[in-house]
Amino acid sequence: MSNLSATATLETATAENPVVGIDQSRGDFKYDVAYEFDAGTGLSEKTVRYISSVKKEAPWILDFRLKALKTFLDKPMPTHWATKDLENINFDKIRYYLSSGQKPKRTWDEVPADIKKTFERLGIPEQERKFLAGVEAQFDSEAAYSNIKEIVAKQGVIFANSTEALREHPEIFRKFFGKVIPTGDNKFSALNSAVFSGGSFIYVPKGVKVAQPLQAYFRINAENFGQFERTLIIADEGAEVVYMEGCTAPKFSTSTLHSAVVELVALKGAKIQYITVQNWANNVLNLVTKRGVAHEEAEIKWIDCNIGSRLTMKYPGVVLKGRKARGEVISIALANDGQHQDTGAKMIHAADETTSNIVAKSISVGQGRSTYRGVVHIPRHLKGCRNNTECDALLINTNSRTDTYPAITVRGDANSVQHEASVSKVSEEMIFYMQSRGLTEAQAMSLAVNGFINDLASQFPMEYSVELKRLIDLEMEGSVG
Amino acid sequence: MNQLIIKDLNVSIGEKAIVKGFNLTLNSGEVHAIMGPNGTGKSTLAKAVAGHPDYTITGGDVLLDGRSILAMQPDERARAGLFLAFQYPSEIPGVTIANFLRAAVQARLTEGEELNATAYYKRLYTKMDLLKIDRKFTSRAVNDGFSGGEKKRCEILQMAMLEPKFALMDETDSGLDIDALRIVAEGVNAMRNSALGILMITHYQRLLDYIVPDFVHVMYDGHIVRSGDKSLALELEAKGYDWLKKELAHA
Repeated sequence: MSNLSATATLETATAENPVVGIDQSRGDFKYDVAYEFDAGTGLSEKTVRYISSVKKEAPWILDFRLKALKTFLDKPMPTHWATKDLENINFDKIRYYLSSGQKPKRTWDEVPADIKKTFERLGIPEQERKFLAGVEAQFDSEAAYSNIKEIVAKQGVIFANSTEALREHPEIFRKFFGKVIPTGDNKFSALNSAVFSGGSFIYVPKGVKVAQPLQAYFRINAENFGQFERTLIIADEGAEVVYMEGCTAPKFSTSTLHSAVVELVALKGAKIQYITVQNWANNVLNLVTKRGVAHEEAEIKWIDCNIGSRLTMKYPGVVLKGRKARGEVISIALANDGQHQDTGAKMIHAADETTSNIVAKSISVGQGRSTYRGVVHIPRHLKGCRNNTECDALLINTNSRTDTYPAITVRGDANSVQHEASVSKVSEEMIFYMQSRGLTEAQAMSLAVNGFINDLASQFPMEYSVELKRLIDLEMEGSVG
Repeated sequence: MNQLIIKDLNVSIGEKAIVKGFNLTLNSGEVHAIMGPNGTGKSTLAKAVAGHPDYTITGGDVLLDGRSILAMQPDERARAGLFLAFQYPSEIPGVTIANFLRAAVQARLTEGEELNATAYYKRLYTKMDLLKIDRKFTSRAVNDGFSGGEKKRCEILQMAMLEPKFALMDETDSGLDIDALRIVAEGVNAMRNSALGILMITHYQRLLDYIVPDFVHVMYDGHIVRSGDKSLALELEAKGYDWLKKELAHA
């Protein structure tokens, strides 16, 4: 690394193409930004030390990062089952840490008209639009965030960004950190472990039920928009919490690799619900590891909605560790032209009478490709375990592609499993029928898609399902002549 | 008053000519019945007029109030005042009748105009009462798992809500038992008024016992071969289509 001084580096964030062969100008736009902290391109021990020092981390965290770096470098790409697209990642050209302390020098007038239109159509609030477009470095959500933080703090809830939590609550953080998803779980979890920044830390004490979903107030700040965020949520015995991440506005990321790690721990009788709605720019590779451990009678539910990106690989999982634990994954993926949504779920049953439910719906539009990949594992010695898996795929035209790879291992005769899969098409007849009622072709498609995911979308919080619907309208509008 | 003129219309599916020189003028307030044996082009006519992409117009014109609609998309034709009641309506899983109709009504508003939800539901419930349809019906997904009778009632409800200038009803009686047929016919009769023109396509005379037409046309080999009043339908019923075929062969 050439610049270790915190202020010396004033390179532009998008000066070079981080991933060879990806058109950076699509779904993305460029500005010259002056960043206060910039780790430069490429990944080495120096990069990791730089990040750790900027964040003023304790030595154990630096050690953790350095070990992770070694694991990352040693691990091969998951090439035997994954898409070849991964080989296009050039790790030397990626910027692993950027932090901007200054206000960017650009105005709303410079934001391209079509981007503004998208924000308007999505109903994104004015302030958020400016942030998303990169006009403002920091969405002015601090007040609202501090407010919610204070409210939940009265119940003893710790709600902080992970950098802050590592400094202020190492005793809790350290106990659970990296335990659900070990560094060496996969190459990208190792990468995240080496260079992570941003993300949330939540600890909900025993018996506390957090009334409002966390994150809506926290959803936009510079670090949270990082490419390697790390989130850890712990619900102590009998506690309940709902966390929401992302928003449906397209993210005009300066980076093309997003690799997050999210760990959830639900102790005895606790409930965690984790809701994601993301819409990435078309050039982003979104490779995320998400897993939770559910102890006795605990419940973990992932609601995951993936739209956009060039490639998303994400399989939220639940390890059902205690008796009567319950895991659920509700997944919606929409793959438009040039996109591949490789998503699914993992349910690892490790105790008696554990139950899991997976409902995955994918929509492939144009040349878009959707893949469902699932693992359900119930070993022989367990009794009374149940799994239900449903995968439904909707194809919007003949060039779309969908694949389903369910790997279900159920041993022993005291467990039950149920798997259903369907592929349907939006037929010309259905579109004609709707058009004959006065709906345009795009409106008809959009209605058909919304109908297809209706039962799942209704499980989203109101604001998210409304945004989701608007987003699908926009995607469908673009898909017809 | 509105007028729908089908002028010397020729329609093909692929290379095959189906409708050949079809002529008909339909005025508001009139009910025309088109009868004819299977495969004579009745349904093709209805779908072509509604703008189905599989049907190619090879000649002639369709004029709505003097303006050709042939260059219009199916949805533009619908918004201009045409309605096709399908013989086999499509299922739309996950989309409730209430939401579907709401989208269709919204599509008829000018851009930026917001639908008044209260007024919409009030009107919907009035129409449902008129058609004797249970309120619970509209929370079901459009045609999804419906019986034949329910599908046709759903068509009639849509027709009532969208208030077209002209309705093309394609074999509305097919697949209905006598009770269902009576209910559907009552609905159509309740909607009959001076502002609505109806073109009713049917294979059987029995529908015409319930919805009495002003004019009856017999279609054969892609065009109208006979026109008359209701008595023509009864004659056809008594003598059968074979009689007609023989007569036409001799002519």
